[in-house]
Amino acid sequence: MSALLLAHAGAGGMGELLLALAGSALALAAPLLFAALGELVSERAGILNIGIEGMMLTGALAGMVTCHATGSPVAGMVAACGAAAVLGALFALWVIALDTDQVVAGAAVNILALGATGVAYRAIFGVTGAALTVPTFEPLALGGDAPLLAPLRQPAPVYVAVALVPAVWFLLFRTRLGLRLRAAGEAPDAAESLGVHVTRLRWGALLVAAALAGAGGGYLSLAYSNTFVEGMSAGRGFIALAVVVFGRWRPAGILAGALLFGAANAAQFQLQAAGFAVPYHLLLMLPYVLTLAVLAATTRATDAPAALGQRRAAASAID
Amino acid sequence: MRGMGIALAVPVVAAGAALGASAIAVGLAGADPLLALGALARGALGDRFALGDTLLKSCPLLLTGLAVAVAFRTGIWNIGAEGQLLVGALGATAVGGATGALPFPLPLVAALATGAAAGALWAACAAVLRVTRNVSEVIATIMLNFIAARLVGWAVHGPLMEAGARYPQSDPLPATALLPLLAGRVHLGIVLAAVLALATWLLLFRTAAGFRWRAVGQNPGAARVAGFAPARALVLAMLASGALAGLAGAIEVLGVTGRLFEQFSGGQGYTAIAVALLARLHPGGVVLAALFFGGLAAGSGAMQRVAGVSAVLVAVVQAATILALLALDSPRLAAARTRVRAG
Repeated sequence: MSALLLAHAGAGGMGELLLALAGSALALAAPLLFAALGELVSERAGILNIGIEGMMLTGALAGMVTCHATGSPVAGMVAACGAAAVLGALFALWVIALDTDQVVAGAAVNILALGATGVAYRAIFGVTGAALTVPTFEPLALGGDAPLLAPLRQPAPVYVAVALVPAVWFLLFRTRLGLRLRAAGEAPDAAESLGVHVTRLRWGALLVAAALAGAGGGYLSLAYSNTFVEGMSAGRGFIALAVVVFGRWRPAGILAGALLFGAANAAQFQLQAAGFAVPYHLLLMLPYVLTLAVLAATTRATDAPAALGQRRAAASAID
Repeated sequence: MRGMGIALAVPVVAAGAALGASAIAVGLAGADPLLALGALARGALGDRFALGDTLLKSCPLLLTGLAVAVAFRTGIWNIGAEGQLLVGALGATAVGGATGALPFPLPLVAALATGAAAGALWAACAAVLRVTRNVSEVIATIMLNFIAARLVGWAVHGPLMEAGARYPQSDPLPATALLPLLAGRVHLGIVLAAVLALATWLLLFRTAAGFRWRAVGQNPGAARVAGFAPARALVLAMLASGALAGLAGAIEVLGVTGRLFEQFSGGQGYTAIAVALLARLHPGGVVLAALFFGGLAAGSGAMQRVAGVSAVLVAVVQAATILALLALDSPRLAAARTRVRAG
């Protein structure tokens, strides 16, 4: 891919093109990183949350509405996390308290979010309202205008997303809480018999996961763009699910995966801007095709938490 | 008879709860719930045109609902009816247009067959990835949905784009490829869908293959011990599932729209999940559930015009239906009911 770009750009524009690609890749990796790190926490606790797409969408709308009302993107981001966490609590009520199937409940959450955000958006702003824009997170002015630092001049949430990688790693692999959480995902019944509160941990993990998915959505409407569009998460929640598998349920792997998918997405824009005669719609397929190719090349069942996605019906029948 | 009553009670309660919850949501959004529900009912059942519209909207839901039911019965989570419907519509448009010069009904038959085959192949991609590479079919079918939508976008902007027009849509299909109309806008595809519902019931409950698929879906380990190959059942069931969803797309093109365009599916493939679950994964139930959601889709336009409630509210009803069904089936609630009865 980069060889193609180099050949096309020639000696002069080559550096510029690569820097633009890197910056764009990082900006597009950030929402995936938020959502995938959240999904990691939830999956490590044993809950497969297909509903992150809907939680992102909810976050995007709540963030935009709040920012529109308060003029503060920070308040918008807080609202994005909070609204998604409410949806996460609904999901948790079903998959943890009622012990229902996680795939089906997650699919319902996505349909619910698509409908509810559409109804709410039209109720608040009217069906034909002109494109509403809100104040956004501005890129940080790192190193003045040094061209080499251009890709790093990103809005603050990008840095938060990257900082979450070591934070989540530390939480999961260096704390007692993380150990218990992973035990809940590997062998919930055994963990419970040793005094671990599996139900409580899973509730906590899901709320954190939902809030992070909401942050990913808030990033889309408050940093990556400055408005809300129905369905604007555009499958990123599902790609985040794939990023977790690609990253083999580890934070560093997830960082690599998010950057790879961000780069594929960015390459699609850059190829277009550079005037390649590749049909636009075929380029749009790139991230999804890449997801399938990567999963086909890397999936190993042994990496997944052992109790991931399983209902606890068998356990509850005993007590 | 008593068993039948109980079987119907849960879906009816779930659908009623979903409608009630959605009416409350309408009230919270500041509109009049009774006005909205009344407009919805009239738009779905009010007169001959409304009934015809309900039938037309039910047709793709019936076929995609059957597709999801077959897959879920076999224990494979086909979230990809949307993509399979889209490639079915794409295949039917391409072949129907190319063979249009042949006498009726050859182009129609060729287009329907291509639609079914395209959907089956699309579903088979996910099944093969699951069986050979252990790729989650949930993620694979969702990715294939996005790829199919982009493929349709590319086709109507490129090779299938209407000659001499600037709109991203295909040429209108020749009359030799279209489904005959029965009454008003109601087309022969509805009869075909009803026949396929019967055929799906026969396949699942009256053939050895269907028995094996259901066995694999209920307990893959036991099925393997019994000598059934789960991998084979998964691939075959996904082929059948994809063919049904592909036919849904083909019939929509050949019976309703007459041409392909971007945003061709209004999410029927996702609604199909709600249809199949409300039907308790039973083909007969799928007919009733498809009529229910088809009626909602038909009435939602009138609801938006009369009560000012966005038509996407239908998605909220679908989601609420699924959640209500899951809750009613929850083992925790069943255990609580047992405790209440015992104590």
